[in-house]
Amino acid sequence: MDWNTVLLLLDSTIRTATPLLLACLAGLFSERAGIFDIGLEGKMLVSAFLAAGFAYVTGSVWLGLLAGIAGSLLLSAIHGAASITFRGNQLISGVAINFLASGLTVVVSQSWFGEGGRTPQLGDGGRFGEVVLPGAIRLSEMTIREQRELPLLTRFYSDVLSGHSILTYIALLAVPLSWWVLYRTRFGLRLRAVGENPAAVDTAGISVRRLRYSAVAIAGVLCAIAGAQLSTAEPAAGFIRDMTAGRGYIALAALIFAKWRPWPALGACMLFGFFQALETRPDIFVRLFDLRVPSALLSAMPYILTVIILAGFVGRAIPPRAGGEPYVKER
Amino acid sequence: MERMPRWADVLLVPLISLILAAAISAIVILAIGENPWNALKIMVTGALGSSYAWGYTLYYATNFIFTGLAVALANHARLFNIGGDGQATVGGLGVALIALYLPWPHWTLALLAAIVASAAFGAAWAAIPAYLQAKRGSHIVITTIMFNYIAYALLTYLLTGPMKPSGTMETATAPFPEGTHIPSFRDLFSHGETILFRGTPANVTFFVAVLACVLVWMLIWKTRLGYEIRAFGFSEGAARYAGIGSTKIIVVTMLLSGALAGLMAINNTLGEAERLILNAVEGAGFIGIAVALMGRSHPLGVFLAAVLFGFLYQGGAELSLSTSIPREMVVVIQALVIMFTGALDNMVRMPVERLFANRRARGTPVAPLAGPTAERAPDRAAPPSTPTTAE
Repeated sequence: MDWNTVLLLLDSTIRTATPLLLACLAGLFSERAGIFDIGLEGKMLVSAFLAAGFAYVTGSVWLGLLAGIAGSLLLSAIHGAASITFRGNQLISGVAINFLASGLTVVVSQSWFGEGGRTPQLGDGGRFGEVVLPGAIRLSEMTIREQRELPLLTRFYSDVLSGHSILTYIALLAVPLSWWVLYRTRFGLRLRAVGENPAAVDTAGISVRRLRYSAVAIAGVLCAIAGAQLSTAEPAAGFIRDMTAGRGYIALAALIFAKWRPWPALGACMLFGFFQALETRPDIFVRLFDLRVPSALLSAMPYILTVIILAGFVGRAIPPRAGGEPYVKER
Repeated sequence: MERMPRWADVLLVPLISLILAAAISAIVILAIGENPWNALKIMVTGALGSSYAWGYTLYYATNFIFTGLAVALANHARLFNIGGDGQATVGGLGVALIALYLPWPHWTLALLAAIVASAAFGAAWAAIPAYLQAKRGSHIVITTIMFNYIAYALLTYLLTGPMKPSGTMETATAPFPEGTHIPSFRDLFSHGETILFRGTPANVTFFVAVLACVLVWMLIWKTRLGYEIRAFGFSEGAARYAGIGSTKIIVVTMLLSGALAGLMAINNTLGEAERLILNAVEGAGFIGIAVALMGRSHPLGVFLAAVLFGFLYQGGAELSLSTSIPREMVVVIQALVIMFTGALDNMVRMPVERLFANRRARGTPVAPLAGPTAERAPDRAAPPSTPTTAE
């Protein structure tokens, strides 16, 4: 077996898993507070467009990220208004947000840049570069033979763990942070409670509304980072129409797969990221296992696995109890 | 009991929602530097101005009637079928299988067989989500979304592998044989020298769709099953108490809903493309959500809303040809319609309700003793006129 291929595969697994992970954690915060969020996809898409667009115009990738966050938060606010204030159907609101994003990004980008729904190519400075972790060896400066002679762990560290965008590391750090916030802070306790039994939280004199709005806002920020990763982190160089390509839904699937918990979310996203990485390299399967797997099967894998999980064959996935229900104070 | 007159609920609230959606769309069009009034004129001429325009508008409307009915029927049982896309995709597979691999002497027989096959395949694709919702309590929204993607993957596999004729580059099956070609509107309505609907995809399936509207109306309001479905939608607990089994209702409703979505394939696959292509559904399953919401889950409403969306789609296509407004503007309008009629329904409804309550309070000053108490609406939640999801 060829270690180079494996390392390459793991490297692209981490890269493809990053937006999934961020979106999955976004869904985690929202759904744990009792607000279903089908609109992860749309928020990512709007942020991907704004991040790339503003990074191109201002030349600063960070301003781009800020613009992405602003756009994503706006959609979050709409979702919050629909599902918290006006007690509307959260699923329908999410569907509407996805369409809004998918349509508006093309309409606006066509109007701003006139390139058929994409942003111009981003140069250096307009996108997030590769971060070299301390102690990592620059493998690109070595020959293949020299690389092969390095210890495997060094290669793993330098090749797989190092050299991603800063957003990837933010995503990875967001996992323990989310765990800490949800399970070790007062805010997290209340947030989880509001998703299980909002009436109890209300009785304790805590605002259900404010908690849910803050959860939806956190989800907006996380989705925005996910979107920015898609369009402005190397090797990506700009926005392409509908570039999220169902990642929001894969993130939802990962959320169920992880049973609404942060650490398993990391595992689920890495698994689904691995499938996506494999999908782009069908030759690897042939080489590693001497097995021809249709790439369509690989792309369907996250969904099939989620359905199996939902069917309860591999432990039941029980969503937060008050999920999807608007809270009515007066009874 | 009634917080507002029925006409306000059925007409006024959707109309206000539509006006709001149109207003925001107009603002978007203004913002990208085009004239909304001009855009509207182009859309009306382009979608309604000629038999050519109608040929496209009604073709799109036919798709949306089927997917709209699918969503609407499920809504009556409080099930949110978001999987119309997948079900219609797999319905197309059913159509392709019978059209390609069986000989058909006449199009009428082929049409009947296509109806059966597309409905059966669509229903089959809804069966697993239905079973999982009924027996395992897995959320139908999530499972139907997953099945959409599984359907795309399945079709991608089939159209790049087993069902692709050798020697072509396209991801599509071979063209269907002559015997399966159902008549288009041009064949039906052109007489002598005057050729109508030239080059348009509208076909005889439109009448199947109208028939489906009537049948769904009869099913929901004139049959025992329809009664049970509605009862289940109003209150699952009460329905169960009345001896209506939840498993049966969920499964049967979803099978019917999937079958309706699957039927769309006779329009786009048998009628238009005359072969199975990848992404033939083009998101019509999702438009069905907007159509069902607009149409208040009533077949007549679904029909009207489907024609409205057919108008939007054809008008939007014309718009992108003659202005700088891209076709995706229609997606924005569609999103706004879903948002205002679905998710933000209360934002429109609550002020309207208040308006009527105020008018009624002022309008009946007589009998002051009985007045306030009689006026007071019982503290019961209004029946769900907007669909919600099953939990």
